[in-house]
Amino acid sequence: MASHVHTQNAHGAHGEHEHNPNLQHHFYSMDQQLEASTLGMWVFLVTEIMFFGGLFMAYIVYRTMYPDAWMSGSQQLNVPLGAMNTAVLIVSSLTMALAVRAAMVGNRRGQIRNLILTILLGTTFLVVKYFEYKSKFDHHLVPGDHFVAPAGLETMAPQLQIFMSLYFVMTGVHAAHMVVGIVLMSVILFMAWRGRFGPQYYTPVEVSGLYWHFVDIVWIFLFPLLYLLGFHLGGAAH
Amino acid sequence: MSTSHPVPAHSTFFLVFAALLVGTGLTVLVAKYDLDAMFHVTWLNTAIALTIAIIKATLVIVYFMGVRWNTPLTKVVVLAGFFWLLILFGLTMNDYLTRGWLGVLGR
Repeated sequence: MASHVHTQNAHGAHGEHEHNPNLQHHFYSMDQQLEASTLGMWVFLVTEIMFFGGLFMAYIVYRTMYPDAWMSGSQQLNVPLGAMNTAVLIVSSLTMALAVRAAMVGNRRGQIRNLILTILLGTTFLVVKYFEYKSKFDHHLVPGDHFVAPAGLETMAPQLQIFMSLYFVMTGVHAAHMVVGIVLMSVILFMAWRGRFGPQYYTPVEVSGLYWHFVDIVWIFLFPLLYLLGFHLGGAAH
Repeated sequence: MSTSHPVPAHSTFFLVFAALLVGTGLTVLVAKYDLDAMFHVTWLNTAIALTIAIIKATLVIVYFMGVRWNTPLTKVVVLAGFFWLLILFGLTMNDYLTRGWLGVLGR
């Protein structure tokens, strides 16, 4: 029941319907293409789970060995800033989800607005992180030659440095993922601005969104495990 | 041709968002108290913090990442990923936590 004139071309074998230009030749349909891309992204995210999982594993082992140093180390972190950054990432996950939804319904302005918000919130997170790191350097809490244990904790200096090492590696690798996410979102923003996405094709927004949410999930675990562990002891909070 | 992924209502996302913020506030609030000392255990604070974190992560995965609306194959892959993580933690701690149980000759 083709109501349009169908000229014979390379895609003729696919049948009567008009061929979506975004459908790559190795997929049968747009649905299949989206499903395959989503599955592929999740397989990548599983490798990311394993990557961060190794760091969490190191955290668990050393925390079991040095529970006291873990409590005291946690006290050196800034809970208000950490909590604020948790909220910032949660809001950015909301705007990301709304951007994907806007793409699904073909709302170009909605995509642009929510992607810009997502990028701004991600940048806010990194700026707060910068001030936290700077404070750790100022207070000589960076492991290495210039590490100075806080007053009263001199005896556990080596173990505190293990805690601070894991703090810097875990939050640092997380921050690196944020930088990648912001670059990724800038590309998606450009594509959205060009009007590339709509109900038939929003795979790049969907798949990049999965990455962004994953980075949020890592922080959801980092915040209580690093910052809140020694919160009840009262903070030296730098 | 429609896509297999239905468009979720705005309210779904805002409800999940509210739940995530409440969870964050709750974690911070609970962490203010030394429940371990109150109940003479060593694990209660961490258990509560992790329970809230797992609920928050599940909400993000199921709704924001839309796994709820994905194919069964994708769901299995997601679950398998986290299951493998538990194997990593489980078997490693199975080693570390039991090392002191048996004496070592010559030590």
